[in-house]
Amino acid sequence: MSETTIGGIAGRMPKFIRRADPAVLTAFACIVLLLFVGSLYSRSFLSPEYLLQQLKVASFLGVIATGMMLVILLGQIDLSVPWSVAAGAMMACAAAAYGPVGVALAIPFGIFCGVVIGVVNGIGVAYLRIPSMIITLATNAVAQGLMVVYTGGFSPQDSATPAMRYLATGFAIPGVPNAVIIWALIGAAMVFVLTRTGFGRTVYGIGNRERAAYLSGIDTRRVVLIAFAASGGLSAFGGVLLAGYASKAAQSMGDAYLLPSIAAVVLGGTSILGGRGSYLGTVAGVILITLLQSILSVMQMPEAGRQIIYGVVIVAMLLLYGRAPASR
Amino acid sequence: MKDWRYWLAEQRGTLLAFGIFIVMFIIYTSNHPAGFTANVVQTASNKGVLLAFVAMAQTLVVITAGIDLSVGMIFTLTNCLASWLVIGTGIETAFGVVAVLGTGLLCGAINGAIVIYGRLQPIVTTIATGAVYFGIALLLRPFPGGSVNEDLADALTGRLFGVVPASLVVLLAVVLVVWVPFSRSVLGRAAYAAGSSEMAAYMSGVPIRRGKFTAYALAGLLAAIGGLFLTFFTYTGEAAYASGNAYTLFSIAAVVLGGVSLFGGKGSAIGAIFGALAFRTIGDLLFVFDFDPLWQPLFQGVILLIAVSLGAFALFRVRNRLEWFL
Repeated sequence: MSETTIGGIAGRMPKFIRRADPAVLTAFACIVLLLFVGSLYSRSFLSPEYLLQQLKVASFLGVIATGMMLVILLGQIDLSVPWSVAAGAMMACAAAAYGPVGVALAIPFGIFCGVVIGVVNGIGVAYLRIPSMIITLATNAVAQGLMVVYTGGFSPQDSATPAMRYLATGFAIPGVPNAVIIWALIGAAMVFVLTRTGFGRTVYGIGNRERAAYLSGIDTRRVVLIAFAASGGLSAFGGVLLAGYASKAAQSMGDAYLLPSIAAVVLGGTSILGGRGSYLGTVAGVILITLLQSILSVMQMPEAGRQIIYGVVIVAMLLLYGRAPASR
Repeated sequence: MKDWRYWLAEQRGTLLAFGIFIVMFIIYTSNHPAGFTANVVQTASNKGVLLAFVAMAQTLVVITAGIDLSVGMIFTLTNCLASWLVIGTGIETAFGVVAVLGTGLLCGAINGAIVIYGRLQPIVTTIATGAVYFGIALLLRPFPGGSVNEDLADALTGRLFGVVPASLVVLLAVVLVVWVPFSRSVLGRAAYAAGSSEMAAYMSGVPIRRGKFTAYALAGLLAAIGGLFLTFFTYTGEAAYASGNAYTLFSIAAVVLGGVSLFGGKGSAIGAIFGALAFRTIGDLLFVFDFDPLWQPLFQGVILLIAVSLGAFALFRVRNRLEWFL
């Protein structure tokens, strides 16, 4: 549609705008709009400190949404995010109770737990061919059960280690929060993997048509398994950072991240059917969601109103971009 | 002979769920301190019926090869609404019941309209609408509370003639009034056909859109009946996020245990009812065997994981590896 309908205006625009996805442009336009609306509410909304603070909060969602995007590009979905986040945070904090070695290994151990959940999802989806929404819901329930048993039975340590706090709240470069740097590094790695490696091309290929990818000689099952493992690991890492930010882990800390992470990916123009989408869009989606949350809390919108607005915004954006082709 | 075998093959999932339920229920009652008494049966059926209604709702959508992750939230929303409306004189109560059921039907219809006419993916759509329904529930009941017409509540959760649990009678009535006519109508067959092969159904001129839309709308209605019953049992309304999510999750487990294919086109709500009753009984087994209640979420999660993995055995029958990707 882009060539014919917007040809007249687009012809005069720089090349990078002409090539951009309309969904990504819309997302960035919405960000500008939100900033404008926010600045009407409060002067400090456009101050560098406030914006940097928003970027820091966004980076937790950004890390989690990176994993979600990888899975959605395959045409699957990962609904085990809530308890992958919680398990990563809780296990990292719990590991810190086992002496200096435990403290040193806390962060890798938290991520490892997320990877395990992801591998179970991946085996279910890739090798047992269970629909991803079902198996990930089931592993989410099992992870929740394990965490309830673990915390109820042993009441483990739940405070974050200094290293986790430093990663989430410290400043390695003056003025730039570490969490933002981490998100930038993970984002850069993701862009590299998606655009410059065979694995990335395969992910897009599987998202378009797994059958065709398989017939081209790709071990599609291995790729799906790795993608789910990465998603679990990134969710858990997001949980580790969140635990560092709040300086403790809690059971329901991941619940607030499932819908926003899906929303961020989808609002950024990644097709929910898989095979189409750019990481730039996900970045825009993450910032958009974070700003929306921030403005709603500045307006003192109660939780109920936030839930309603989320749901309506997601459905509205999907109706604009995410529709399947008509069956005729 | 031939007819009989056809019938058996068609009902295999339902009969298996019935068998699992009977075995589990015998283990449950024989280990229960009170034994097989009318009281034990009444309590068990009251708990089981809640999940049975939500599982029936899930079945209708799963048959069309979709999934409804908002059933638990419709259940929660109607619970909160019923705690405001289903009270007062006979007329007011009747009006309240109709309003609650109408709300459920509307929620389901919204899901259906977005999925079918908006052509969106059922998963993401119902997660998003589920958030909206939960938000409305939270607006209605920021704190647990409210009340319900207790005469009606006691009548529907008590026993008929001192033996038969009234909730089971209502469940049977709902099956006869909602499920049987639907599954035998043109729209019901269209829902099955759409789940089995949407393309083939479309080419054959089956009204797939109307069939699927009816399935989604009736799913909302059934979830609302469940929400109404929850209000009758608890006498209050509560917008609990965890409980709504748990009902969604358990409804999927019940549907799978009940022999309904998650790929659509196969299974029946009767099977899902027995699946729901079996799932509830398995969960309650922990109590009669004196396990720590802390283990219950893990136990139910593992049952769910095993139940959904069972469907994977179909893989061993695949002769052509390309069928993996269907």
